[in-house]
Amino acid sequence: MRALDLDYMLGLVPVILGYVPLTLFMAGAGMVLALILGALLAVERVAKVPVLDWFVVLFISFFRGTPLLVQLFLFYFGLPQILPSLTQIDGVTAAIMGLTLHFSAYMAESIRAAIVGVDRSQWEAAQSIGMTQGQMMWRIILPQAARVAAPTLVNYFIDMIKGTSLAFTLGVTEMMGAAQKEAAGSFLYFEAFLVVAIIYWVIVEILSQGQKRLETHLNKAFVR
Amino acid sequence: MIRVRGLTKHFGAAPVLDGIDLDIADGERVVIIGPSGTGKSTLLRCLNFLDVPQAGVITIGDVTVDAAHARKADILALRRCTGMVFQNYGLFANKTAKENIMEALTTVQKHPRAEAEQRALAVLAETGLADKADSFPAALSGGQQQRVGIGRAMALGAELLLFDEPTSALDPEWVGEVLDLMRAVAERRQTMLIVTHEMQFAREIADRVLFMEGGKIVESGPPSQIFGAPQDARLRKFLQRVEG
Repeated sequence: MRALDLDYMLGLVPVILGYVPLTLFMAGAGMVLALILGALLAVERVAKVPVLDWFVVLFISFFRGTPLLVQLFLFYFGLPQILPSLTQIDGVTAAIMGLTLHFSAYMAESIRAAIVGVDRSQWEAAQSIGMTQGQMMWRIILPQAARVAAPTLVNYFIDMIKGTSLAFTLGVTEMMGAAQKEAAGSFLYFEAFLVVAIIYWVIVEILSQGQKRLETHLNKAFVR
Repeated sequence: MIRVRGLTKHFGAAPVLDGIDLDIADGERVVIIGPSGTGKSTLLRCLNFLDVPQAGVITIGDVTVDAAHARKADILALRRCTGMVFQNYGLFANKTAKENIMEALTTVQKHPRAEAEQRALAVLAETGLADKADSFPAALSGGQQQRVGIGRAMALGAELLLFDEPTSALDPEWVGEVLDLMRAVAERRQTMLIVTHEMQFAREIADRVLFMEGGKIVESGPPSQIFGAPQDARLRKFLQRVEG
């Protein structure tokens, strides 16, 4: 067993950190889009719009039932062969698309469960004062569902940050891709990937601190 | 002016409302009594389409809805003529007492925020909860929550207020303050339709009492007749049970 090359690792840290913004961009964009799509899917699952409901069930089933890596390959390498207009799609866009569709399916289920959990009498009270379905969802039901779903949704965000490393397989030079290139020159694979692992870990830990503050904020209406 | 004709509701094959006809004059306070499961709450809930009746015509103020072909817009219009007080309060848990009252005024009636806030604070003062304006429902007692619920309905300026067993879910210690507030509402000649098991209260404030059984209004009259000289055998039996 040889000793770790700490100097090499310290030198590599700023290089890899330079790719953190790209990772956060992919995860952030994916999260925002997945939240919007997931909430729409969840509201549909609760309202059960005829015909549409069937497609939504199929969508959720497919994107939960197949691996993220397979989905990314389908979008990036597969779809352009069928729809030639998609050849213009770059790896970053394809990764964000894949992350969005994949995680929206998971989020839809958590948000749906949280929506259904809001006490029945509040739905009726909202209807009784003449609110439209949209007003009731947006102003009364979803804010309360958000509180219940928040811990799960943050977990999906953490998964998503780590999932951006798969963009490397689409030829995107992000943290993982950069480390791979560096290691190919130095042959210090263990050091290079250890630096990547530690940086991911630190990002997720910082986020977990944010999660506590978010939950405190969302719980403020429920303190006795 | 409220007019109901032939209101009919089935759950599956069992009729819950069996062709109800009912007229309520402006400012009239009507109390519905009767055994459990006889359609009292369903009647209230059909008047604002929380339960959808299969047949019947409902007129509240200048809105008329025929259940046979009710459109979404008709139902919203009907709901905007009524306010409802629920057994389990139905307060919006993500909003303060004040915001609970403001919500319909700003979102539905489109009043400016400042005006809605003023009205909400005035209503809270009347319900004796001025100091709880910024409290969330979770921080209020059952009685306080129900008073906010009544305040929310009062603030609407609705043609008709519906009370669906407003004290049934309360601990006994809170019942008195809620009934006191309902008395205060009744004194303004607000048109009210109340389902309750509080017979003494019904006697005091009702202009007319309806006795329902089996999805029908079996007997109807002033409290002196219903409680003093009941005609129908089923009503007599019911009163014996509840008054012991």
